[in-house]
Amino acid sequence: MSDSNVRAAERLGLLTAETSEGAQELQRRAATNVDELGREVGAVLRLDGLTLDPTSIDHERRDDETMIINMGPSHPSTHGVLRLMLELDGEFVLRTKPVIGYLHTGMEKTGEELSYIQGATNVTRMDYLSPVINELCYSMAVEKLLGIEVPERAVWIRMMMSELNRISSHLVWMATNGMDLGASSMMIYGLRERELILAFFEKTAGLRLNLNYVRPGGVAADLPDGWPDDVLVICDTIYARTFEYDELLTGQPIFRNRMVGVAPLAAEEALALGVTGPLLRSTGVAWDLRRAMPYLAYDQVEFDVIVGTYGDNFDRYAIRLNEIRESIRIVRQCIEKMPSGDYRSQDPKVTPPPRARIGESMEALIHHFKLFTEGFHVPPGEVYAAVESPRGELGCYIVSDGTAKPYRLHVRAPSFVNLQAVSLLMRGGSMSDTITVISTIDPIMGEVDR
Amino acid sequence: MISLSSTAPPGVITSEGLAADLCCFPTRDRYVELAASFRADGFEMCVDLCGVDYLEHFGRWLPEGVEGTRFEVVVNLLSLSKKERVRVRVQAGNDAPEVDSLFELYPGTEAMEREAFDLFGILFTNHPDLTRILMPEEWEGHPLRKDYGAGRVPVQFKESPGPR
Repeated sequence: MSDSNVRAAERLGLLTAETSEGAQELQRRAATNVDELGREVGAVLRLDGLTLDPTSIDHERRDDETMIINMGPSHPSTHGVLRLMLELDGEFVLRTKPVIGYLHTGMEKTGEELSYIQGATNVTRMDYLSPVINELCYSMAVEKLLGIEVPERAVWIRMMMSELNRISSHLVWMATNGMDLGASSMMIYGLRERELILAFFEKTAGLRLNLNYVRPGGVAADLPDGWPDDVLVICDTIYARTFEYDELLTGQPIFRNRMVGVAPLAAEEALALGVTGPLLRSTGVAWDLRRAMPYLAYDQVEFDVIVGTYGDNFDRYAIRLNEIRESIRIVRQCIEKMPSGDYRSQDPKVTPPPRARIGESMEALIHHFKLFTEGFHVPPGEVYAAVESPRGELGCYIVSDGTAKPYRLHVRAPSFVNLQAVSLLMRGGSMSDTITVISTIDPIMGEVDR
Repeated sequence: MISLSSTAPPGVITSEGLAADLCCFPTRDRYVELAASFRADGFEMCVDLCGVDYLEHFGRWLPEGVEGTRFEVVVNLLSLSKKERVRVRVQAGNDAPEVDSLFELYPGTEAMEREAFDLFGILFTNHPDLTRILMPEEWEGHPLRKDYGAGRVPVQFKESPGPR
């Protein structure tokens, strides 16, 4: 431990020279080497013989035959500030390169400045559509380092809240996807139903969006009085309305024409790219961390993992719609099986004392003061925890040096990795398909750029 | 629980038998060889790759025989068939951190390696397009390094580079 916390100036020998970097943007063909060109047209599979036909990369093509255009960063259907550089041949897309970083706010760096207690407020802002799941992932990593157990009731509350959050996230996806395709009534309906869940979040945690509800050691507050009725109303309403979405979208010819068979992804490609979540499941790989590597109490509830066949836009749509129904199934079981007990760990080193105790107990006052000024110390080590977010595997890698702040906080954002499939999915498609591809990949830019 | 010693090539230090998660500590020149043997052994997916700068935590715990360097590249591999994870921690060097790229094995590491380069300045040999990904191109320094003065310069944007 004597070596830790050494000032940078004392280790001048370790300081490094700056490195230079090239252009991030899509370059003219004349200025692009074959490797880079191959990647931009989506030639991702180099091993195992799954290479793209070299003649179809067409790197001999002259620059004056094609056009490079920018789509975004502030384009309404890029779901935030995603910038796509597209090389077009008329209406068809030859190369695509996503350019990201427009929402980079250094949240991983911020995480190193915040104590473990404050950290949940930081990570909850990364994927702003699934805040509970972000907090959950972070808390699980911290708890793994601390080696503490979370009470049974907290586990089930966490599970119910993450499933409600998954529903609300998928509802926003249904809404924005509808909007991208011109079905603007779907946008109204999706956001209307999400409002039910946000109202329940507000009743429980006091906030609608960035809840800071799941914290290391448990959850911030117990469920409000009468919660089973509220949640049952949410389940009944949304479940019935998913069949209205079916009527509105699933069989509708215009919708089907733009979704069925568009931008298919193969399982090998998805695995090679590290793509997870509904994108991976749409290719037929039944990989859901809730089932494959159960965390919380997912091994005690019944649900189905929804799997597609063709990996096209329509499969990704159908998976998300059906995952809403499966999540409702899990929430109903949570209502039935919710155990009683503590909603947070009773370890005084991690959990602040109840408000009433502070007035009468010196020790409680000291614990309260220490927790909110200095925070709790976490044993040195490094840990990776992963959960299934609505977009795929959300991972949190924390390195602790034994102090009250993470030495390094890295979040494995599913959207960041999934976005790499853009080049592959868009290749050869028409310009209008790019909209549906971005939409069905469902990137959340707050999480991509962090 | 998988047996790391059966997959990892001889000579690679693993944390098997310790309380920690399953970790491998290859040297820089055996890093890709190790990843290839894991891939052949059913670890289909590279889930995560990130850099860590250990400048102020230089004396972290490492198994015997591993010489810690300032920069470390941490790779998370996932086997869908075995439902197992394994972490590969490679010491990337002190003043000129550089490791081989995993792009040929796992194309999905492309963006992650760019991120590690952008934020830590770790170079990845044989990466097809090693450029900044989150920061602007003309940014100076690598912000997640511990010796990077956060808040030192308020805004660093320069005029646009002009036509290339």
